[in-house]
Amino acid sequence: MAATDKIGAVMVVGGGISGLQSALDLADSGFKVYLVEKQPSIGGTMAQLDKTFPTNDCAMCIMAPKLVSTGRHHNITLVTNAEIMAVDGQAGDFKVTVKQRALRVDASKCTGCGSCAQKCPIETSDEYNENTKIRKAIYVRYPQAVPLVYSIDHDKCIGCGICAEECKAGAVVYDQKESTSEIQVGSIILSPGFDEFDARLKGEYGYGVYKNVVTSIEFERMLSATGPYFGTVMRPSDGDIPEKIAFIQCVGSRDEQVGNAYCSGVCCMYSIKEAIIAKEHGGDIQPKIFFMDMRAFGKEFDEYYNRAQNEYGIEFVRSRVASVFENPETKNLVVKYVEKGEPKEEEFGLVVLAVGLRPPEDAVALSKVIGFELNADGFCQTTVLDPVNSSKQGVFVSGAFSSPKDIPMTVAEASGAAAKAATEIASARDSLVTKKEYPEELDISGKEPRIGVFVCHCGINIGGVVKVPSVAEYARTLPNVAYAEENLYTCSQDTQEKIKEMIKEHDLNRVVVASCTPRTHEPLFQNTIKEAGLNSYLFEMANIRDQCSWIHMHEAEAATKKAKDLVRMAVAKSRLLEPLENLMIDVNQKALVVGGGATGMAAALELAKQGVKVNLVEKEKELGGNLRKLHYLPSGEDPEEFADSLAKEVASNPNITVHIGKGVKDIEGYVGNFKTTLDSGETFEHGTVILAVGAQEYKPEGEYLYGKNPNVLTLLEFKEKLKKGEVKGDSYVFIQCVGSREEGHPNCSRVCCTGTMTAAIKIKEKNPDAKVYVLYRDIRTYGFREEYYKAAAEKGVTFVRFEDDVKPKVEETGGKVQVTVTDEDTGKEVVMTPDYLVLASGTRPYTESEALAPMLKVPMTKEGFFLEAHMKLRPVDFATEGVYLAGLAHGPKFLDESIGQGLAAVARAMTILSKKTLEAEGIVASVDETLCDGCGICVPTCEYKALEIIVDKKDETKKSLDLNIGLCKGCGACVGACPSGALTQKGFRDEQIVAMIDAALEDDVEKQEVRQ
Amino acid sequence: MSSTAPNAGGQTKAEEEDFEPKIIVFCCNWCSYAGADLAGVSRLQMPPYFRVIRVMCSARVDPEFVLRAFQKGADGVLVAGCHPADCHYIGGNYRTRRRIALLRILLQQFGFDPGRLKLAWISAGEGEKFQKTIIEFTDVVNELGPSPIGSSD
Repeated sequence: MAATDKIGAVMVVGGGISGLQSALDLADSGFKVYLVEKQPSIGGTMAQLDKTFPTNDCAMCIMAPKLVSTGRHHNITLVTNAEIMAVDGQAGDFKVTVKQRALRVDASKCTGCGSCAQKCPIETSDEYNENTKIRKAIYVRYPQAVPLVYSIDHDKCIGCGICAEECKAGAVVYDQKESTSEIQVGSIILSPGFDEFDARLKGEYGYGVYKNVVTSIEFERMLSATGPYFGTVMRPSDGDIPEKIAFIQCVGSRDEQVGNAYCSGVCCMYSIKEAIIAKEHGGDIQPKIFFMDMRAFGKEFDEYYNRAQNEYGIEFVRSRVASVFENPETKNLVVKYVEKGEPKEEEFGLVVLAVGLRPPEDAVALSKVIGFELNADGFCQTTVLDPVNSSKQGVFVSGAFSSPKDIPMTVAEASGAAAKAATEIASARDSLVTKKEYPEELDISGKEPRIGVFVCHCGINIGGVVKVPSVAEYARTLPNVAYAEENLYTCSQDTQEKIKEMIKEHDLNRVVVASCTPRTHEPLFQNTIKEAGLNSYLFEMANIRDQCSWIHMHEAEAATKKAKDLVRMAVAKSRLLEPLENLMIDVNQKALVVGGGATGMAAALELAKQGVKVNLVEKEKELGGNLRKLHYLPSGEDPEEFADSLAKEVASNPNITVHIGKGVKDIEGYVGNFKTTLDSGETFEHGTVILAVGAQEYKPEGEYLYGKNPNVLTLLEFKEKLKKGEVKGDSYVFIQCVGSREEGHPNCSRVCCTGTMTAAIKIKEKNPDAKVYVLYRDIRTYGFREEYYKAAAEKGVTFVRFEDDVKPKVEETGGKVQVTVTDEDTGKEVVMTPDYLVLASGTRPYTESEALAPMLKVPMTKEGFFLEAHMKLRPVDFATEGVYLAGLAHGPKFLDESIGQGLAAVARAMTILSKKTLEAEGIVASVDETLCDGCGICVPTCEYKALEIIVDKKDETKKSLDLNIGLCKGCGACVGACPSGALTQKGFRDEQIVAMIDAALEDDVEKQEVRQ
Repeated sequence: MSSTAPNAGGQTKAEEEDFEPKIIVFCCNWCSYAGADLAGVSRLQMPPYFRVIRVMCSARVDPEFVLRAFQKGADGVLVAGCHPADCHYIGGNYRTRRRIALLRILLQQFGFDPGRLKLAWISAGEGEKFQKTIIEFTDVVNELGPSPIGSSD
């Protein structure tokens, strides 16, 4: 590594899903990360959510693995309960002063067992549950919290000393003081998230006055299985299940009276989600959503909206609610609103206010301390062309802090910010990360199993129910158990040393720990035995706490018997364990980027700036893609100029080889080892692929006289004419959703509403007297784009809404275009004869994209966009490792969002390209060729396309299975399907699982024999 | 979505004989095992007669494992995985669903009550559902009494 004066570390401020993603990407690509969080645990808002749209994934299920990886990462230091006090220095070398408030618990001793909270006499309201529940004065924010360390609430604790007495680990430190430290980093990423709008400021809705008016985030907790009512939808006033629930949208959004003119971007979707979940929890509940425009603009969001209406029967009313009153007797709520000009009233059992997103409380303080600018609404200022840069060099931003946004956009930006932060200090990569050294592995081949069993009391968590001494004693009687002992806390630091000693002293070659859950503690113990020279896969765990003592608290005898069974099962598997090797894959540290539009160029440049050699392939004769067709950006920049400057930068960067006017003929291989052939015959090798192939504007197929009358144009065609000064006329009609949100293309194209505003404003700027009509279904100018909607309206653009199924009629009379539309608001027909009819035509994928999908074994949506690995948390990844997607190829989106994704793909790719070799998990499938008859039943079971049947070239009846370990994720689905026993899952072999089954039932068989 | 296992009411013959059913529960690592842990963290109480075997994905549960458990005297087998569309491995649980449906038919053809085999979707956030599933399934198995294999061996 070249000598550098840059610091190879990054500080990430805010530990929500955004901060987690940035931290993981950076730590996985050679940088030290300090993750600073103001709460005692990380997780942010997403940890509070019950489900996520549009897949209804359980939020905690999909988030927990990221939480755990972050908490456990060797190169991520969590700095919790902390705030930034001062920042000195400049990009590449910042000195950050961080103050950590006292937890009053010694984090190194606390095992997270929770005995303290069980006994704490002080109850206070639980912020995690939005005060719908109570917690103790010593607490963790939520059960799955990372780090799992309790802390004492200074304001609530009475200092009674019960928790200190209860804590067998001696972790409670009442007089712990706050501490201040100075941390040196090269870049800073801001991801402090957002605050919810205070619904009390909308007094007309009665929040804080009427008990049955709740906010959307409170309702989210009410829906959660870990919430106040265990997931049953109940009214706070009386615990009744409400028959009717009203959701009121735009509370604190699109509302200049409260100072928030912007749209919060996520509320429409989360309300649909909450309505669906409420309906699923109680089938008789009838939700009704009161909204202004339904902003279901994201990938497959409209389909979700359609399902909500058609399958779940959720009602939607287009109206801004005027006020809410409580019926004092029933505590029901009367919602007053105007629909189609008529005042109406309706009674509901519960009202949910869809509160908007505000900048976080500490935004101003942060901006002053760090020195970056906020925008007029108090969010972090960014620009369209640099969507993750703050105004201060070396300081980047992601997530809702730069504008309200949903989780997938946040996660993509978080990776994008990580890429930018890494570029800043690329020369210092690998300078501050450490690699753990372990002793040489002991060779246990041919040796009799000698198993050591460690049974944990977990303070009183296990020992208070299960007779731990008798479990340890029982373990000693099991075959191959050479040693067994009991520990107060098996996870404590001193026990780790003890385990290592015992491995040596008793020549143990396998270890079983009977304690809590492998999900949180297995890596700790695996690390311990590795330090003692044992392969980490020679470890097995028996979960005798979470799944035994805690759930059978009043059945000591049965719980003890169960604990013994679980130990016997673990020992039975342990006997059959074998050392597994983590496969090492060599990485070709070069990259391929397919597509030379804004997204592809941004990605290629960022990779190149980090020292990666890039092949950039573009099918057209010129770089720039859609940038050359946009002509205007609503924010004022010139897209053509931007394309030129990017193309120039790309051309002059020695790390980038541009292949213009060429297509990809074939890509073969797997992560770290791809080989690409272009249609020109050129070939090159690379370790990762970024697909940024873009998409195109839909050309209407005869709709609205398109192609028949020269004055009927698509939006981009019109903008081109407008730019060239060829547009002459006084009246203009825009029709929205042409080729979007209809049969065959059910989803929204996201950009056309804002694109229409841009064009309409331009027309009005040039000719203030021009008549401009926009015929629409919903105006979807989400986020800060709302300002363009407002500007267009202020300039006199007329908006006419038509019903989804009553499209405008377009005819030609005397060479002139005549448009007839039924105004949904008045029910009256309006006839217009514009000089130009502009069709806001949707975004469609290129048909050429389809050829790439099978080469890379990646899926597509039914509309032909690429389908990412996970809609929420892996927005730019494919399930196929080493292949990423970005920009319009993923779905319609704006320029800033595309660039953000392009950068995100870079950060994801760098987690591979920064390494010479990749370590693959040891738990993978393996195939015994002597048993495999090539039937191929396993092939479709593999979601990662790791299996392929190879037909012998000479003898067609001879078939064999090719297993690509580089692609295997170790789920074992193929093994479960194999009829000949040829496939094996290492670490979960058939014999091992069968041994557990047999051991579990052993006892019973004996007893039944006795009974007979 | 919700579990539909019938609730066995009243004292059964088996209970009178102090029947302690042996139930094997296969849990996938990512959702249902985490759900079981959450039940523990939330101190949700349930009958102590089940033993969990963790697998990475519910699709790893080879039909042979289920048959083996019954052969060795299990009175009930529960396979628990991620909810449809939530699978950590994209679509493993769909394969599980098909396999278990087939296995239940197979069990029935051998004169074995298919009610002794249950499939449940339990997410990492559903400690309560894990509890409910265990309580209801234990009730069902109690009602069915000792497995004909275990007692006739």
